[in-house]
Amino acid sequence: MESTIVKSVNYNAYFGDNHVVKNVNIEIPRNTTIAVMGPSGCGKTTFLRGINRMHELIPGATAKGQIMLNNEDVMEMHPIFVRLKIGMVFQRPNPFPNLSIYDNVIAGYKLNGIKLPKAEKDKIVEDSLTRVALWKEVKDSLTKKGSFLSGGQQQRLCIARAVAMEPEVLLFDEPTSALDPISTSTVEELFHELKKNYTLIIVTHNMQQAARVSDKTAFFYMGELVEYDNTKQMFTNPTDIRTQNYITGRFS
Amino acid sequence: MSSSIDNNLITRPDQNLGRVISSITTPVSKVRSTKRIKRSYRHIRAENVFRRTLVIVALITVVLVLGILLTLVVQSTLSIKASGIGYVWGHVWDPVRDIFGAYPFILGTLLTSFLALFISIPFSFAVGVFLGEYHPKGWMPNLLKNTVELIAAVPSVIYGFWGLAVLVPIVRSFETKIGVDPVGLGIFTSSLILAIMIIPYAASLGRSMIQMVPSNLKEAAYSLGATRWEVIRSVIFPYTRSGLFAGVLLSLGRALGETMAVTMVIGNTSLIPKSIFAPGNTMASVIANEFTEADHPVYLSALIELGLVLFVVTVIINMIGKRLIKGFTN
Amino acid sequence: MKSIKINYKYRIGKNIGFQALITVLACGCVVPLIFILVYILKAGITKINWHFLTNLPKPVGESGGGIANALVGSMIIIAIASVIAIPFGILCGIYLSENKKSKLAYWSRLCIDILQGVPSIVIGIVAYFWLVKPLGGFSALSGSVALAIMMLPIIVRSTEETLLLLPDSLREAAFALGMPFHRVILKVIIPCGISGILSGVMLSVARIAGETAPLLFTAFGNPYLSTNILKPMQTLPLLIFNYATSPYNDWHDLAWGASCILLIWVLLLNIFTKLITRKWKVQL
Repeated sequence: MESTIVKSVNYNAYFGDNHVVKNVNIEIPRNTTIAVMGPSGCGKTTFLRGINRMHELIPGATAKGQIMLNNEDVMEMHPIFVRLKIGMVFQRPNPFPNLSIYDNVIAGYKLNGIKLPKAEKDKIVEDSLTRVALWKEVKDSLTKKGSFLSGGQQQRLCIARAVAMEPEVLLFDEPTSALDPISTSTVEELFHELKKNYTLIIVTHNMQQAARVSDKTAFFYMGELVEYDNTKQMFTNPTDIRTQNYITGRFS
Repeated sequence: MSSSIDNNLITRPDQNLGRVISSITTPVSKVRSTKRIKRSYRHIRAENVFRRTLVIVALITVVLVLGILLTLVVQSTLSIKASGIGYVWGHVWDPVRDIFGAYPFILGTLLTSFLALFISIPFSFAVGVFLGEYHPKGWMPNLLKNTVELIAAVPSVIYGFWGLAVLVPIVRSFETKIGVDPVGLGIFTSSLILAIMIIPYAASLGRSMIQMVPSNLKEAAYSLGATRWEVIRSVIFPYTRSGLFAGVLLSLGRALGETMAVTMVIGNTSLIPKSIFAPGNTMASVIANEFTEADHPVYLSALIELGLVLFVVTVIINMIGKRLIKGFTN
Repeated sequence: MKSIKINYKYRIGKNIGFQALITVLACGCVVPLIFILVYILKAGITKINWHFLTNLPKPVGESGGGIANALVGSMIIIAIASVIAIPFGILCGIYLSENKKSKLAYWSRLCIDILQGVPSIVIGIVAYFWLVKPLGGFSALSGSVALAIMMLPIIVRSTEETLLLLPDSLREAAFALGMPFHRVILKVIIPCGISGILSGVMLSVARIAGETAPLLFTAFGNPYLSTNILKPMQTLPLLIFNYATSPYNDWHDLAWGASCILLIWVLLLNIFTKLITRKWKVQL
């Protein structure tokens, strides 16, 4: 199996006339954790949402270029297929408020109308919740509504929901910015586990987090990909002066 | 390769399907993944149909309203041609001699509506101020709010019946006292009924407008030692003026178009009302009374022209009202 | 100093006076409604019995008789109107909330606003030319269409407003799971906004349940029991109108009974709306 799973070629994204992501070229190897960081408004979230084509849901938003997933251009695939293969977790935990915890985990199947035997559903739920270290906490309250959980638990539930679809890539859009420090560290620990099976792309504005969890880091500034390197290299010896300024806190 | 929105791809899904299959090679259980793919093809088609249905539905609403306008215009051309502009101020409505002047009904409509507005405004404003400023919370105001909303829920035919049975005799004895022709039925009785019916429209809008007044404005006035009445008069009223006016317009639109209650108590005569106690007719009540009796095309067409006038006037009034509300809430 | 004090007292007095006036006027609004409710209930409740609900009206001169034809007719006409207006209205509301800024949405929204203000009698005229004339006679179906047009703006508006209040994160969560647009709407968005949508639907039914004007030249009324939707049909409000304006006391009694039933039914709908919306509310 080749090592590059996601590759963007001359990717550009716009909101109307506003050019927010400029000509990004990046190669992401399989089973790694990539942190995408940069000051707010630098286009990092837009780029992330471009990967599974969530970007285009916003009225007036357009994109150009290629995003290759296993050497196939997701821009030419139907978004439904893209999103089945690339899961996403959002900034704020967003479990479906009308569904139970159990149903939230298998939401991708249930709401897509895919009927599975009960045993298989149970297995998916248990596996997914175990993978996000939530099984022990919720196994006795699977029928309760997802919105009864704490913020950190809700976020892990959302990760379980994405994991249940068995995607190849998981996108995280500032997954811990709405969480307290303890929940944050739980989620960060998860990243190390999840990396074994998936490729993780994590947008964060928190440099410490990027340094803690990622193998490689991409630094965005003003819509451009300024630097992309191994995390260690990036934080100890950045090549670009803008990266250097950013990680030393000269601007934010 | 450029792609704008999902739509672009949806309109040509088949082109993409070939590419997609090979890309689903995830190491998941085989059954599940084939199930998913099959589903997804169906989904893409259904999604297409759904999006198109939504657009068609939205288009139909536009067509519906244009159709209403067009129908009214087309069906009243006969009368427009026959009576011309004189229709509006012609004093005589005599279907037997084919003379159609709408002035008595226009006058009747304006009289009943504005009289009703005049009576109901103090009450509506009182409810608006009471619920918006004095008592925004609690069970008693809540009860009042729900009760006032119920006023709008009671069917107009019931108001009419009640008016006929209760209000008309009261008005008749009142008329005897002040020495006018004691008919009971008439413009005045209709206005009374209408006044009750239109209270909730201005009241609920007034309440929400008054609640939207920023509290720092009010507090500024209070801190200068203003009494509550002074705050209401010099801060709340000026601030919510356009919103309150919009509420009055919506009430007016309601009053102009109200048919059944008015038809039942106005007395139904095509003569020009001599006083507010005289019987008369409004545009809506004439249509209700005579539409099924209209035995020749010009007569029917003249009635529809009344409907057209009513439609245009109420649309304009409502549009102005809605604009004002929008301007206010922004 | 003294004058300031007097002025002060005067201002306080004015303040209290105004508050008293507002309170009196505000509570005064309720008086006529209570008057009407009590009067109708008192006049009508004694007329209602099993016989009244299950029999046809008697001709002039015979006492007794019931309103079975009107009850059945109202049910049928409202049911058909609902079948037309509810799916249509909800779909239109979905379109408006999903395409906030499109040209079509602007025009559609404008038209819904217009529709909301159109006097009901005008809708009756239009339905007459669209259905009664082409079909060659008054019919329940034409009445249902007229009522459906009246229901539409209420359903569309409440659906749109409800859906706009739902957070975007909900849609995104659904889309990110690879759900197609229609499933996102039908399986996630609508279930989460069901209470608001339902309340709009119930309110619209409550509104048309008492409508008379658009039925005058469409459903027209019928002294006999009819279930053929292509023939004239009696409804409660039409029956009340016809019998209330007649000169016969027996018919007035029938009309009181019918008014009472109509009133109770409309008020119950309004109260149920409030209860159901509270109960079905999805905690976001």
